[in-house]
Amino acid sequence: MTTRSWNLARVLRLATLSSGALIFLGPYVWMVSTAMKPREEIFSSSLALIPDRWAAVENFSKVFTRVPMLQLLMNGAIVCAVILVVQVLVALPCAYALAKLRFPGARLMISGIMLGLLVPIHATALPIYVALSGAGVLNTYFALAAPFLISVFAIFLFLQFFRAMPDDLINAARLDGMSEFGIVLRVIVPNAWPAITAFSIFSVVAHWNDLFWPQIVVTETAMAPPPLGLIFFRAAEAGDDYGALMAATVVVTMPLLAAFLLAQRRFIEGITLTGLKG
Amino acid sequence: MDSIALPAGTSSAGALARRSEALAGWRLAGPAVALLSMLILLPTLGVVALSLTDFELGYDGVRFVGLDNYLELLEDRTFLISLANTLTYTLIVTPLSVFLGLGAALLIEAEVRGRALFRAIYFLPVVSLLVAMATVWQYLLHPTIGPVNALLRLVGIDGPNWLGGSDTVLMSLALIGVWQAVGFNMVLFLAGLTAIPRELYAAAEVDRAATAWDRFWLVTWPMLGPTTLFVVTISVINAVKVFETVSTMTQGGPNRASEVLLWTIYQEGFVYLRVGYASAMTVVFLAILMVLMVLQYRALDRRIHYT
Amino acid sequence: MSGLALRGISKAYGGNHILRDVTIEAKPGEFVALVGPSGCGKTTLLRIAAGLDHPDRGSVWLGERDMTAMRPSGRDIAMVFQSYALYPHLTAGQNIAVPLAMRNLTVWQRLPWIGSLLPGQRETRAEIQRCVFETARSLKIDHLLDRKPAQMSGGQRQRVALGRALVRSPAAFLMDEPLSNLDASLRVHTRSEIVELHRRAGVTTLYVTHDQAEALSMADRVAVMMGGRLLQFDTPEAIYGNPAHIEVARFIGSPQINLLAGEVDAAHGIRIGGRLFVEGVGATPGTRVTIGFRPEAIKLGGSSQAGLGASVKRIEFLGSETLVFLELAGGGGSLVAKLAPAEATVLNPGQAVTIAVASGEVLVFGSDGSRLPVAPAMRMAANG
Repeated sequence: MTTRSWNLARVLRLATLSSGALIFLGPYVWMVSTAMKPREEIFSSSLALIPDRWAAVENFSKVFTRVPMLQLLMNGAIVCAVILVVQVLVALPCAYALAKLRFPGARLMISGIMLGLLVPIHATALPIYVALSGAGVLNTYFALAAPFLISVFAIFLFLQFFRAMPDDLINAARLDGMSEFGIVLRVIVPNAWPAITAFSIFSVVAHWNDLFWPQIVVTETAMAPPPLGLIFFRAAEAGDDYGALMAATVVVTMPLLAAFLLAQRRFIEGITLTGLKG
Repeated sequence: MDSIALPAGTSSAGALARRSEALAGWRLAGPAVALLSMLILLPTLGVVALSLTDFELGYDGVRFVGLDNYLELLEDRTFLISLANTLTYTLIVTPLSVFLGLGAALLIEAEVRGRALFRAIYFLPVVSLLVAMATVWQYLLHPTIGPVNALLRLVGIDGPNWLGGSDTVLMSLALIGVWQAVGFNMVLFLAGLTAIPRELYAAAEVDRAATAWDRFWLVTWPMLGPTTLFVVTISVINAVKVFETVSTMTQGGPNRASEVLLWTIYQEGFVYLRVGYASAMTVVFLAILMVLMVLQYRALDRRIHYT
Repeated sequence: MSGLALRGISKAYGGNHILRDVTIEAKPGEFVALVGPSGCGKTTLLRIAAGLDHPDRGSVWLGERDMTAMRPSGRDIAMVFQSYALYPHLTAGQNIAVPLAMRNLTVWQRLPWIGSLLPGQRETRAEIQRCVFETARSLKIDHLLDRKPAQMSGGQRQRVALGRALVRSPAAFLMDEPLSNLDASLRVHTRSEIVELHRRAGVTTLYVTHDQAEALSMADRVAVMMGGRLLQFDTPEAIYGNPAHIEVARFIGSPQINLLAGEVDAAHGIRIGGRLFVEGVGATPGTRVTIGFRPEAIKLGGSSQAGLGASVKRIEFLGSETLVFLELAGGGGSLVAKLAPAEATVLNPGQAVTIAVASGEVLVFGSDGSRLPVAPAMRMAANG
């Protein structure tokens, strides 16, 4: 009866969960193991996880010498940061105005935002690409970040959040002599941290992992974010050098995975919250 | 524009306050409005407009061609294969990832120990760089040196060329897609499960729902209804958007067996630069997404009682 | 019909004792109210009776059956939850039908979609429908059967919850603060309806509430709980007039009982403000005690009369009665008296008065809170 006791159902449950977990962890285990193995051991196709001869240094040094890996990571970080900062700076005041101020055109904007939620980057990519190409700014950070500088989703999320905030809080701030902008800065933002954190995690995960748009606007390795860099690395250097390739995947996967393992709760909350936007 | 619809009797002080509020509103929302129209609304209209032209990047001269692009799509074997493949992929990934996600959530919810651990493990693929993990899978599924076939050989099965055979490639991609999506669906279901009031389960027990099976059908499944609907919709949409794995591992091959919608659009538009034609494909893609959304809203509307 | 007995129930979560050796036996057909402040363990006790929680020690009996190890679904007990716990996706009628469907239909017949195709279920379903309708009519909710819980008012939901409990004619009823989510006027009305329902059905009922007025007015017997212990289990009259413990005296009755500290003197009497208040207290001289008397026991007299001196602080007119708040002379403490409005018209704040308490109305509690006996023959009023 009590959940702590051992019974058949519980044994079955734990067995199912554990074997599932093995399948989910498998790729990570092989990724790390293969990154440690020399070429010949990989091609002998043995199932051993511990290499006979350790080749980690060799594999990882290839990753950092044959492609500008640090540069790739930096590109990814810069682009993600620019996107996130602009998205939040633009969305916060807009969401506040839509949630708490009355002005002509507000309803129209909200419908525009709802419509925008339905349109993914894949739909708007062609015209934006044509424009960026016409302006001659392909292969720049600007091109990488441009289509994501507005996040309707951020506006939508913050809008929901602000609507739940009491009007009296804002009225009190007005009586205390704050301007509308001051209210956003000193009343709204400090109270919106949970929403901002959740959105930040969502945004960084999405853009760090994105391949579609970088593949369109970047052709030079020096400007590539990690996913694209990985593809370049494979195409140019490591076609079937799986040791080096796996070392590279370890390097590019690590930053987010480490962040996730450190702040599991927040990640899952953030992605669930942003997932359950409906 | 800020003096619209002021009732006749409004005092001038009231009008002034209202005007300043409108002004503040516009100032705060202004940047968002500008970016929204520039980066989403105009490009969306743009893609529709482009789809009616024969625009090709690098060539001068744009001609209005009406619905020619769409007519061409109907006869384009690659595009039709691409649509069919996307549909097959979606039909495999959606039910599997939804049911496995639900199953994992129910098992984890029922288990006292190791909840956080299991949840984290199943969630790992969601936060992993998909391109990187696709590369790993490509190695795992390698026909000769891959561990998956090495394992199969241990039990005497000669594993197929997973990503290299036109019979197996879509299935392999779909299984990787499932692996990637289960964790996300699981946390959505877990959130849905925790939102079910405990007292309903107590009431069900008192009402003689003696087995876990009975309580699942009486309480859990109906109460998860909105969550399930949402998870199904988002799974379908994400499956229709499959791109990273195809681009990393198979590039549509072999023999167009893994040609999917976004990959075809990418090839046409950004590799062959036939922007007009690719735009028509994009419009079809967008229409599919819209239909899915509308279906979801319809279904949600019918379930207003969940409050 | 069978009685419901909870015997020697103890329960702890971690090191936290929720229930300590509680025994309550409800006779067949009896209406027993469990009352106490929040956190006293009354809801846990009810959940143990339902089988939703399990006692560390003790047993639960329904008639001659030991149900301690039985699952809730096997106990033949119905429960009304504080939040009503209606299934939000089912209509009122379907909600009421759940216990019957669970009992009378097989697992396969209950399956969604497929179930309705299986043979033999049609008659059963019709019979269930009939029972549901009967129950609904007796609760006057037969016009609501097609509505979902979200489309009903709090009072209507409460009736559906009652209906779901009633429909199966259980051996015992458990109710967990079923009125606490209703507004005040509806609460008083529903109170009498539940009593009436109980009188008609005659089913043993355990009723949990934090509202002492509800407990006193509805129950045949009241169990007062505090800090996980059962302090007193008796008729409402005895609970009010003859409390076994100072906590019971304090909890029951509104406004609260008046309490004054005192000491037993060499003659077994207690003096307050230099005046003899009680005689014949069964405790050794020198014992520190608390005496208590209900607000309506106080008789006020003019300042010239003999008695305990006090001054009027505040007067609250409540319509059918008037409360007079008093300060004892010499900082001896404050009291409240309940008077008929006509008696209070002559009073003004600041006025000096004397206090007298009828001899039989004074209760004496020892330092551990338990009642001390007072020899009846020697009891006398304080105005001697």
